[in-house]
Amino acid sequence: MSIQKKSSKIGVPNVVYSIISLGAAILLWLFISSTEAHVVFAKPSEVFAALSKLFESGKLFVHINASLYRSLMGFILAFACALPVAFLLGWYKPLQLIFYPWIKFVKSIPPIAYISLVIVAQGVGENAKVTVIFIGCFLVMVINIFQGVQNVDLTMIKAARVLGAGDFTIFAKVVVPASLPFILVAMRLGLASSLTTLIAAELTGAQVGLGQMIQEASMYFEMDVVLMGIIIIGVIGTILDQVVSFLERRLTSWQETRTI
Amino acid sequence: MAGNQDNMMPDQNNVPKVKIRNVTKTYSSKRGDVIALNGFNLDIKENEFICVVGPSGCGKSTMLNILAGLDNATSGEILVDGNVIHGPSPDRGVVFQQYALFPWLTVKKNVEFGLRLKKLSRQEVSDIADHYIEMVGLQDFKNSYPKELSGGMKQRVAIARAYAMQPKLLLMDEPFGALDAQTRTQLQSELLKTWEEERRTCFFITHDVEEAVILAQRVIIMSARPGRIIDIVDIDIPYPRNQETKMEPKFFELKNKIWSQVYNQYLEQRK
Repeated sequence: MSIQKKSSKIGVPNVVYSIISLGAAILLWLFISSTEAHVVFAKPSEVFAALSKLFESGKLFVHINASLYRSLMGFILAFACALPVAFLLGWYKPLQLIFYPWIKFVKSIPPIAYISLVIVAQGVGENAKVTVIFIGCFLVMVINIFQGVQNVDLTMIKAARVLGAGDFTIFAKVVVPASLPFILVAMRLGLASSLTTLIAAELTGAQVGLGQMIQEASMYFEMDVVLMGIIIIGVIGTILDQVVSFLERRLTSWQETRTI
Repeated sequence: MAGNQDNMMPDQNNVPKVKIRNVTKTYSSKRGDVIALNGFNLDIKENEFICVVGPSGCGKSTMLNILAGLDNATSGEILVDGNVIHGPSPDRGVVFQQYALFPWLTVKKNVEFGLRLKKLSRQEVSDIADHYIEMVGLQDFKNSYPKELSGGMKQRVAIARAYAMQPKLLLMDEPFGALDAQTRTQLQSELLKTWEEERRTCFFITHDVEEAVILAQRVIIMSARPGRIIDIVDIDIPYPRNQETKMEPKFFELKNKIWSQVYNQYLEQRK
């Protein structure tokens, strides 16, 4: 087994491909917006104009802040709950048998379906949105972290046991680090789910937020603003994903990876 | 190491280190009870190297797991230094076929894992780990992670980790089974050298008869399921042994003798 540095087979640096990729996307966008699709698909220049207008009015960050606050709040609360719950389910079989089927059941319901339930219970304020995001995020993360706990290599636990480790040491020194890759995957999926749910929640009614901004713009047929909102959400999602990637590189570089 | 060596054989004494008394293991499965082990009896002397061979599924791994305390016998008992064993203990080290290293720890931290759980100072832990890492020749890889090591190197780390605990009994479950032929003979030679330098009571499982004969003082031959001992062969080839030992007529003779018995068991199993 040799360790190979990841390098592309041809001598072209990866950044060149990134530029090609970005350029092609913009060309495609320009092309589509120059056809009849222009009615729904605004030109890059129009979207950029809408962006600077919103930026100058100061409303851009009001929307972004409101949305980020809701999704991150929901995500952080969900993560703080999912972590211990997933470990408990993985460690105690009876808990798993009682609760896990329900987690999977609720997980299979799209959050939009129970939004109205939460709104009736908590009103249309911030709390309802955070709650919906929390539920969606929590379920996705519990399931993934739980699978990580289940997947811990049994021989590793045996090895720790014959080296004199008790239950607590095995948990802290073997199960937790061995599940770390799954925890990070769960974080990634949780963040993605928090954004999805956020927009759904905001579309059903909010004073501010990216989802609300898109909703309002579409009513006035401001397709440049709609498209801008969509792109901003995409950028936020990508940035959050990159943060998790960074953590992954820092924390789980010990993992055996397939060489591509 | 132990006292009364007034016997004709040096470094072996008469009081058995490990006594395996009538160990039986039955599994219940959907098709009824399966007897994995049927009355396993064996005395292992201090610092003795025992190899167990037998057809696959004969219960040799089950016996090792029971010795390790990772599995319970249905009946019978095991005494180490006169005390009945219950559950796993750092006194009984295990080297697994799949290495079972902790991939998030460096080589050194892997070897230190069990030592840190003992009442030792930081310095002692570090010194002991260094000593055994050097013993298996990995001093230049102390700070490497398992993923950076070859299969043979990983197994060396596992051997160092088990040895570092200075166990009363060292259990090895086909440790070289996943390695290629060349690495395997190399690790056999290294294990022989290690054991000759620092003798431990070893219970080594293999399906490779040649490996058993080159390593062991006694080879235990097990029957097809339900597993029991059908023969115990003394390997009266003096140490130090090396790969050239495999050319000696005595080696051939013993290897063929054991191999034909194992093969018969294999045929028995296919019936």
